Amino acid sequence: MTSKKYILGVFEDEDVLLSAIEKTRAAGTKIYDVFSPYPIHGIDDVLGIQRSRLPIVAFFCGLCGTSFALWMQIYMLGFDWPMIIGGKPHVSLPSFIPVTFELTVLFAAFGMVITFFIISGLRPTLKVPVMDVRSTDDKYIMAIELKEGTDISKLNDLLRSNGAIEVNEKEVVK
Amino acid sequence: MITEERLSIPQRATKRFFFMIGIGLVLLVAGLLIAANSGGGHGEGAHGAAEAGHHAAGWGQRLLANLWLNNVYLTGIAVVGILFVAIQYVAYAGWSVLIKRVPEALGSYLPIGGIIMLLVFLLPIIFTGHNTLLHWTDHSLHEVGNPNYDPIIAGKSGYLNITFYTIRMVAYFVLWFLFFKWLRRESLAEDLNGGLNHYNKSIRLGATFLVVFGVTSSMSAWDWVLSIDTHWFSTMFGWYVFASWWVSGLAATTLTIVFLKQMGYMKMVNSNHLHDLGKFLFGFSIFWTYIWFSQFMLYWYANIPEEAIYFMERLGGNNNHYTWIFFFNLIINFAFPFLVLMTRDAKRQMLMLKIVCIAILIGHWFDFYMMIMPGTMRGESGFGLIEIGTALTFLGTFLLVFTKELSKASLVPVNHPFLEESIHHHV
Repeated sequence: MTSKKYILGVFEDEDVLLSAIEKTRAAGTKIYDVFSPYPIHGIDDVLGIQRSRLPIVAFFCGLCGTSFALWMQIYMLGFDWPMIIGGKPHVSLPSFIPVTFELTVLFAAFGMVITFFIISGLRPTLKVPVMDVRSTDDKYIMAIELKEGTDISKLNDLLRSNGAIEVNEKEVVK
Repeated sequence: MITEERLSIPQRATKRFFFMIGIGLVLLVAGLLIAANSGGGHGEGAHGAAEAGHHAAGWGQRLLANLWLNNVYLTGIAVVGILFVAIQYVAYAGWSVLIKRVPEALGSYLPIGGIIMLLVFLLPIIFTGHNTLLHWTDHSLHEVGNPNYDPIIAGKSGYLNITFYTIRMVAYFVLWFLFFKWLRRESLAEDLNGGLNHYNKSIRLGATFLVVFGVTSSMSAWDWVLSIDTHWFSTMFGWYVFASWWVSGLAATTLTIVFLKQMGYMKMVNSNHLHDLGKFLFGFSIFWTYIWFSQFMLYWYANIPEEAIYFMERLGGNNNHYTWIFFFNLIINFAFPFLVLMTRDAKRQMLMLKIVCIAILIGHWFDFYMMIMPGTMRGESGFGLIEIGTALTFLGTFLLVFTKELSKASLVPVNHPFLEESIHHHV
């Protein structure tokens, strides 16, 4: 059992929060995470979160789907068990397109979801610490991890001067 | 307070448009002279050899087909501008406020388009009795007992007759033009008076226009394009032409915005707005392909002669005359925008959007070429001085009226209720 301590800045306004994030980061403090009731536009840039590389995964999964679907149909209908369907040649591309499209979408979607679960560590046993229940209602919570030797009163001042209405301390047991 | 931004068209640009028209006309006349001198005898010979009912395509037919092609294409782009504005109003869209003056001005081509369309349709009928572009206008096809009698075409004469066709054509243009004027009037009055009245009225106008356009877009597609191949039929056709018009209209809008931005206008339009336009282009290129393929695959699969003939003419028929355009059409209108606009960065860059928009505009011109030429020119269509000349003349005219309309009002709709939302748009 390890426990970590966090300082929580509670904010009431989205714009105040965004500018507080900027100023806190400019002051050299590392922000652990920010919790809000809804997605905030532009918060990724302010927090310095890198853009997701998930689209690249989607592209290659889709490509796999396309190749797999084409290979499957050409091999099965053209070579493994050739049948004449509607008087068309065994390998007739137009009739393969719908299945190819479906499998491309299927592979891309599943590949993306599975990759997302693995990368973000989402699994049934995952425990997510709730920093402050009000972040699901009408407050925005900025969490800063408290390490050995951090000056709490300085952090307190920093958060309050940037518009936090409360500053709390929270211990999370993992 | 957001201030107005007026587009002033430099003298140079206007001169360039007139130059474009001039060059186009010179090329067109030169092309016609060459075709008339060299192709005249050939046309007569071919006429004798052609099967009954097939007219050898001479230079006159080629001119008519080109006028029809360019006019149908540009009319579509013009009416799609109004449609875009109407959709934005009905959807209560905020992001598009900063760019709405561009599609709004596209409709200015409609009066010219209507006049040209009427003339190209009616003049041959007045002088020669029927219009060779539209096979069904030949009244001998409808007369029982006439050696030319065609029971299939005669059966369609309740819809496809010259009077009703003319009435419909006038009705489409009058309706579209009225909605263009009404939406424009509300938009300009809003700049002066502010308030929500004009906005609410625009929503009602937009919703009505969607209904009107839903019917007229399909019907005009049957009239102007599908009825060229009178025997053939496709329930997808209205959608197919609409998809082509719509994506061309989006490309025209986006391209204009990129040009305006590069000239230093529309500073508040940023990469977020471009991103949304890019998504539109990307998505509707795929939509067009979906419609195209839905139409193609059913006919290819069922392989019923009277249905498959349409694609026979375009793929292997006419001595493979159209085969390369058939595949080029798919590459430039699907594969190219699909692959190039796939990433987020590409949709947010002006250079990429510019390249894709130009490709789409050229590509869908070819798409209409594929729809119109095989039915009117058989295997004798071409790419020569006549095609380039006509296209340049039309493009110059379109740009002239479009930019003039664009310069008549502020590029920023200063009193639009969602203006702030659009300025802070973020994706």
